[in-house]
Amino acid sequence: MARIEAEVGKPQGGLMKWIDDRFPMTSTLKYHVTEYYAAKSFNWWFVFGVLAMVVLVIQLLTGIFLTMNYKPAAAEAFASVEYIMRDVEWGWLIRYMHSTGASFFFIVVYLHMFRAMLYGSYKKPRELIWLIGMMIFFVLMAEGFAGYLLPWGQMSYWGAQVIISLFGAIPVVGDGLVEIIRGDYSISDITLNRFFALHVIVLPLALIGLIFVHIVALHEVGSNNPDGIDIKKHKDENGKPLDGVAFHPYHTSKDLVGIIVFLMIFSAVVFFAPDMGGMFLEHANFEPANMTATPEHIAPVWYYTPYYAILRAVPDKLWGFILFAMAVVLPVFLPWLDRCRVRSIRYRGWMYKTALTVFVITFVTLGWLGLQAATPTYVLLARIFSVLYFAFFLLMPFYTAMDKTKPEPDRVVYHD
Amino acid sequence: MIKSTGIASVLALAAFFVAPQALAAGGQVHLEPANLEQDNAASLRRGARNFMNYCSGCHSAKYVRFNTIGKALDLSEEQLIDNLMFNAEKTFETIQAAMPAEDAAVWYGKAPPDLSLMARAKGADYVYNFLKGFYLAEGSPTGVDNVVLPGTSMPHVLWELQGYQSAIFETHESEDGSVTKTFAGFEELSAGSMDAEDYDDFVRDTVNFLAYIAEPIRSDRRKLGVWVLMFLIFFYILAAQLKKAIWKDVK
Repeated sequence: MARIEAEVGKPQGGLMKWIDDRFPMTSTLKYHVTEYYAAKSFNWWFVFGVLAMVVLVIQLLTGIFLTMNYKPAAAEAFASVEYIMRDVEWGWLIRYMHSTGASFFFIVVYLHMFRAMLYGSYKKPRELIWLIGMMIFFVLMAEGFAGYLLPWGQMSYWGAQVIISLFGAIPVVGDGLVEIIRGDYSISDITLNRFFALHVIVLPLALIGLIFVHIVALHEVGSNNPDGIDIKKHKDENGKPLDGVAFHPYHTSKDLVGIIVFLMIFSAVVFFAPDMGGMFLEHANFEPANMTATPEHIAPVWYYTPYYAILRAVPDKLWGFILFAMAVVLPVFLPWLDRCRVRSIRYRGWMYKTALTVFVITFVTLGWLGLQAATPTYVLLARIFSVLYFAFFLLMPFYTAMDKTKPEPDRVVYHD
Repeated sequence: MIKSTGIASVLALAAFFVAPQALAAGGQVHLEPANLEQDNAASLRRGARNFMNYCSGCHSAKYVRFNTIGKALDLSEEQLIDNLMFNAEKTFETIQAAMPAEDAAVWYGKAPPDLSLMARAKGADYVYNFLKGFYLAEGSPTGVDNVVLPGTSMPHVLWELQGYQSAIFETHESEDGSVTKTFAGFEELSAGSMDAEDYDDFVRDTVNFLAYIAEPIRSDRRKLGVWVLMFLIFFYILAAQLKKAIWKDVK
């Protein structure tokens, strides 16, 4: 108590004091919000963390209302989604927000991860933040996958069929594992039920827990910045970083602008192109799941397709699965693969800049290839780009160590 | 360089979203655009009439309620009951096929699919070309086949209107001896009660109705979207001013 009063510097009374005597309310708010200092020089790449939180809230809220009307049963699931779309008041808006939110979650998270690669946010002392972030990404992939089965359309069913059967490629335990995932000998009502449980309880809980730890770890070491330098080296007489501004009101007011721009793009999709030309809602998913008729072209939703293209590029099933899994897991090791002395791309040499540019092109091209039918030309292209994908990570210790760097500035570069 | 990395990623993302528009299309045939006027109530009313007269005998639209249609097509309850509800009593009922699905499955070999979402699952252009794509084919149980969906079990329901046509196929033999057939056009065999242009309009209205029932909220959501975006623009101006005011001392 005495500690809190000393911190605040003026006598407190009323409700806030009553709470503070029993719970570290004021000190927590100060630590995480009003006296959390982050560089004033943030550019718009630094908005995607907050945007990921916004999408999370959208998904949780719309998800709650969807569960009130959705029926997780093979005989009723498809019809209940149409019931939501047609008969539930504002059900169409809730559903479109949720389906669009799923895609935007991945767009935002991919850009958030790309920001970390641009400015070396995963480098010491933020390795653990990156590791937790990668765990969030894996849970998010599982969450999206479980959720995609729920509308019980043709693509839900056959997409799940293809992806679950991948685990059958694992020697010895593969077939048993596939049965455990499905809970049945084929994808059935039982599978739908357990995917529903995973999608609405297990994975969201894991997601929220991990995000909490992600932020706690971030606030312990402090946010990175576009120059990739430590802002705590220069402090004023009160011990506040000279190049930092408080999260609230400075970054909150700036993030609000970013959130509104995000909501404009989000709303444009929700209201004017909710299927996004078959990218966000696939055409074949407007037909109910039919286990006797395979759609002529099965493609996962766009956010998995870079990895799916790598899987298809390998002629052998087991090696396809191994490379697929490696492609997903490899970014985990970025903090140790990257040997460069500087964090930010601003002060790196041409090698990393070139590698990162090629990597972006590679990732997007693989994503595009994963959506196409596997013609010989496309498979060949997928092989070339798969090699480039792995080369980016596996050669990183060499080119980042050899790369010539520019001297980092002492203070952040800030243009008013 | 950092800028060019950013630009490269934006361009690549843009390319990504432009690509798979054609995925909904079916066979190898080039699909003529349906050119629907989706907010044209008169076209939708004609489409509803066509649907109830020619489609609903065999096909259901089991997610579609009559009173929903009534609102969008600007029809009163009496008009709905008199003109569209042939086998329904209450306006909240959904569109059921007159023919029992079990019988249809025996007669045609396959139960006629529900049409609530057909235009969304296959695309309006697909359905438009399908309804124009029947041609006389020997050996088919229904006497016809379809260029868009070869081997379809659906008979040419609209033959009285369109008449009958034959399809011309060009065969190509490639070097390895495999033969491919490509569709080259139709030839009219017997005229129907409509000329080609009227038949196109008839099909277009019907497909327009199918596209409407696939997503009845479409028109409303677009109208609401304009207001939402206008609100966000207004909110953006306020937020941008707020940010500027708060940041004015940061040097």
